[in-house]
Amino acid sequence: MADKSFFIDTIKCTACRGCQIACKQWNMNPGTKTVQRGSHQNPEDLSFATFKLVRFSEFEDNGKPKWYFFPDQCRHCLEPPCFYTAQSLGVKAIARDDETGAVIYNPKVKVKEADAKAIKESCPWDIPRWDKKTGGMAKCTMCIDRIKEGLLPACVKTCPTGTMNFGDRDKMLDMAQKRLSEVKKMYPKAQLLNAESIRTIFLVIDDPQKYHKFAKASAPQGITRSAAIKKLIKPLVNLSPLAG
Amino acid sequence: MTNHYIDFRNADVILNMGSNVAENHPVSFKWIQAAREKGAIFIHVDPRFTRTSAKADVFVRLRSGTDIAFLGGMIKYILDNNLYDEFYVKNYTNASYIVNPKYGFDDGLFSGYNPSKRSYDQSMWAIEKDESGISKQDISLQNERCVFQLLRKHYSRYTLEKVTAITGTPQEDLEKVYKAYGSTGKPDKAGTELYAMGWTQHTVGVQNIRAMSIIQTLLGNMGIAGGGVNALRGESNVQGSTDQGLLFHIIPGYLPTPRAQWAKLEDYNKTTPSSKDPRSVNWWKNRPKYVASLLKSLYGDKAVKDNDFCYSWLPKLEPTQDASWLNLFDEMYKGAFTGFFAWGMNPACSSANAGKVRQALGKLDWMVNVNVFDNETGYFWKGPGMDPAKIKTEVFQLPCAAFLEKEGSISNSGRWMQWRWKCANPPGDALPDGEIMYELFKKVQALYKKDKGPFTDPIFNLKWDYETNGKFDIHKVAKEINGYFLEDIPEHPVDKKAYKKGTLVPSFVFLLDDGRTSCGNWIYSASYTEAGNMAARRKKNDPTGLGLYPEWSWTWPVNRRIIYNRASVDLDGKPRNPNRALLKWDAENKKWLGDIPDGPAPPMGTNGVYPFIMKPDGVASIFGPGLKDGPFPEHYEPLECPIEKNIMSNQRINPAIKIFEGGMDTFATCDPKYPFVCTTYRVTEHWQTGVLTRWLPWLIEAEPQLFCEISQELAKLRGISNGDRVIVETSRGKVEAVAIVTLRLKPFTIAGQTIHQIGLPWHFGWLQPKDGGDSANLLTPTIGDPNTMIPESKAFMANVTKITAKKAGKA
Repeated sequence: MADKSFFIDTIKCTACRGCQIACKQWNMNPGTKTVQRGSHQNPEDLSFATFKLVRFSEFEDNGKPKWYFFPDQCRHCLEPPCFYTAQSLGVKAIARDDETGAVIYNPKVKVKEADAKAIKESCPWDIPRWDKKTGGMAKCTMCIDRIKEGLLPACVKTCPTGTMNFGDRDKMLDMAQKRLSEVKKMYPKAQLLNAESIRTIFLVIDDPQKYHKFAKASAPQGITRSAAIKKLIKPLVNLSPLAG
Repeated sequence: MTNHYIDFRNADVILNMGSNVAENHPVSFKWIQAAREKGAIFIHVDPRFTRTSAKADVFVRLRSGTDIAFLGGMIKYILDNNLYDEFYVKNYTNASYIVNPKYGFDDGLFSGYNPSKRSYDQSMWAIEKDESGISKQDISLQNERCVFQLLRKHYSRYTLEKVTAITGTPQEDLEKVYKAYGSTGKPDKAGTELYAMGWTQHTVGVQNIRAMSIIQTLLGNMGIAGGGVNALRGESNVQGSTDQGLLFHIIPGYLPTPRAQWAKLEDYNKTTPSSKDPRSVNWWKNRPKYVASLLKSLYGDKAVKDNDFCYSWLPKLEPTQDASWLNLFDEMYKGAFTGFFAWGMNPACSSANAGKVRQALGKLDWMVNVNVFDNETGYFWKGPGMDPAKIKTEVFQLPCAAFLEKEGSISNSGRWMQWRWKCANPPGDALPDGEIMYELFKKVQALYKKDKGPFTDPIFNLKWDYETNGKFDIHKVAKEINGYFLEDIPEHPVDKKAYKKGTLVPSFVFLLDDGRTSCGNWIYSASYTEAGNMAARRKKNDPTGLGLYPEWSWTWPVNRRIIYNRASVDLDGKPRNPNRALLKWDAENKKWLGDIPDGPAPPMGTNGVYPFIMKPDGVASIFGPGLKDGPFPEHYEPLECPIEKNIMSNQRINPAIKIFEGGMDTFATCDPKYPFVCTTYRVTEHWQTGVLTRWLPWLIEAEPQLFCEISQELAKLRGISNGDRVIVETSRGKVEAVAIVTLRLKPFTIAGQTIHQIGLPWHFGWLQPKDGGDSANLLTPTIGDPNTMIPESKAFMANVTKITAKKAGKA
């Protein structure tokens, strides 16, 4: 099985949240208690029970309303800072699948709060979540149990619009590049976010910050293992100016 | 729909007005994306900026309830700028027909109005006929009484200035939409319109759709790939249930419900549409065959020619009775009924003026509530403000199977009848609806046999044999709907071939009016034949390349994927748009290629027939004399509106609507207590009243509570912050909601005044979740469209106030 990637074409996303629900269904994650807070984004954030979340961002641009949707999830980095951080801390909860490149958390392994914090803060995309009750950490699994059986991840399978795509990394990169070149004319600010260093490649048409604070990491691309570990010796939060 | 979901991809311009396609029909959005990838323009016109607007190339706002003004302006724009498809208009519409001199229109009223009855004499609007009974025409379209000139005159009043003053849509936005949509008047361009309840749930609901139909025929967009007037239906099988005669005024296959004045079958058949024009197919002329076959299907061997096929056993409406939803519940409220089946519905939340409905349910002796989950209807007696001790209604709850727990067909918006298979057993005692109905009627028969009762013939003699080895058999129902030959037919009048008794009819073309055929619903005839269950087909071949997929499921009628498709060709049968050739006449072999044509007759130019075969005249009606509120759509304000005077005329509201008065039916127009235009809607995450979705933890997590969307400007005015709890109130009721203060709503300038618009979803109910809020239909009025009586839930007047700590303490 080859190296895998997601391609998420936010141009096509209508925020139907099929992916968010399908993720919960497949992973048997519970619906958490929420309230209406004056936003359609709910739950408010990723959590131990929410691996996939469609983020809603509305603002005005030249007097016209804009509403951007960002189906957020783990980026499954080529050189995952969370993995190296865990290693450096002796935390055994995080593994990498050599075949697919999936970064996998074992939620049953107890992680100390301080370690979980360090792991979370090492992620430029603010993905890892720790559960106070169980002491476990969790996030998107790439539906490793599905893809090993030749199935698509639940979020991709359910997406009606073609926003969510998944497959061999080279094919996804090609698809992303091709789509980018197609849409550049109409959306000059279109860009792929951190495509070289992560396995969840987002296509956006505007400043990534307008979608979500952690949409794009501005840290140097291609974080190497040694660099990551070196950074760990320094304050962890500095990996990305966006973090924290 | 005239077309179907996949066909959206064939459009050059997609107008989504009167619905919110991305949120409420999310899967269909893939075809809009497909069209956009090929360069199509996607336009969304709506009071709110929604998830659909976020994906639109052009988004334009209008005030709720002003669509006819908006579309009337578009008709004027198309005519003024000669954007119409002249060939199409002259040949395939009634634009050239001469209207009789009694027709007139003055200050908001058409001729023939009777103010005491609030109704029109429609005969004043008739088309003139010549000596042989054929409609008079002026093909040059110059005659001042021809439809085209009357149309021009009527809509000359819809100037950009007036439309802007009514709708609140800036003129440049109007022009942007008119120009883009008007560009589809060329034969090689296609424009499609997608609507839903945003158009129907108004006191001018039918005329909203009529206005668009006029635009589509002017632009030649009917009967072509990528065109059509397409209703996005709100439930997976609401198309199927309407086809089967769910509504009071029709029996299966859109046959009119018998009325008391048609005592005999002969009287009923006299209402069959007729045409003197030999080139008009007037397909409805076949109605007597469909009625006879339906009666044979209902009463089997008991139905014979000599007893009118037991026509007298069918229930009849009173001569002018309107037994629509609003009237039924009005009668229930007045105590007219003892019993009620609420089957797969939740009127305590879904009905307009739901507070009145909740009271009405208490006037019953008994109610049977059939549903997958508990709902506010079954438990109305312990709802807010109810005292169970004072309610006599005995409620029976019957659990039914959910859609994955039973086999059968559903018909989607595109008229595709798709077979579904069962994938799990229903839990506990739950049964499929069909099984409940089947067993229930057997019990009713047994009780009548035991206890006697009046008029037992239709009960004892109903053919009720849909079982195999003692179990209800859904395939037997599907076959009955298709129809059978009931006798050996040695030489069928249609094709001179022999057919065997007991075999399934190949299609409705073979149905007869002499009792030798049965058919449960003529439009579904051909769906289950000797060749098998057509709805279960899943082949992916697409010979036209237009996405018709003729062997994927089955489409009524006769697997025709786009109806009125004869309008896509010229007089010689050549496709008017060769790039999207839906039909083509093969002159050599004398047959049509492509989609199933609207009848096999040759093209119009070779002694063929007119394309609109379901219309008596054979052409599309730009002038529509059959509706209760006028032959041309005219702007009237909603029953509750923010302006004293209709800018178009002195008729503020639709002159033909029935006003409900007294009791819980109150209204407030231009009342400072209810200053804001309000609308109701749905979100992706919930379905209808939320009966199915509010119990699903993942969905209630995503949309947990009733909200009310308001603009930043209104929030400032009322001191409301985002996330504050508010009361939304009308003269009929109030609900508590969470305010979403958003830049996606904006105040309108209407007739020079600032008018605020608010809106809230109707998915919630007091039963579940406990902190979810109640139904937005506690706010909506009992008022309906004069033609359909669909309630006006999309435009009414409300107030919104912040709940202060003091108020909240009391609540």
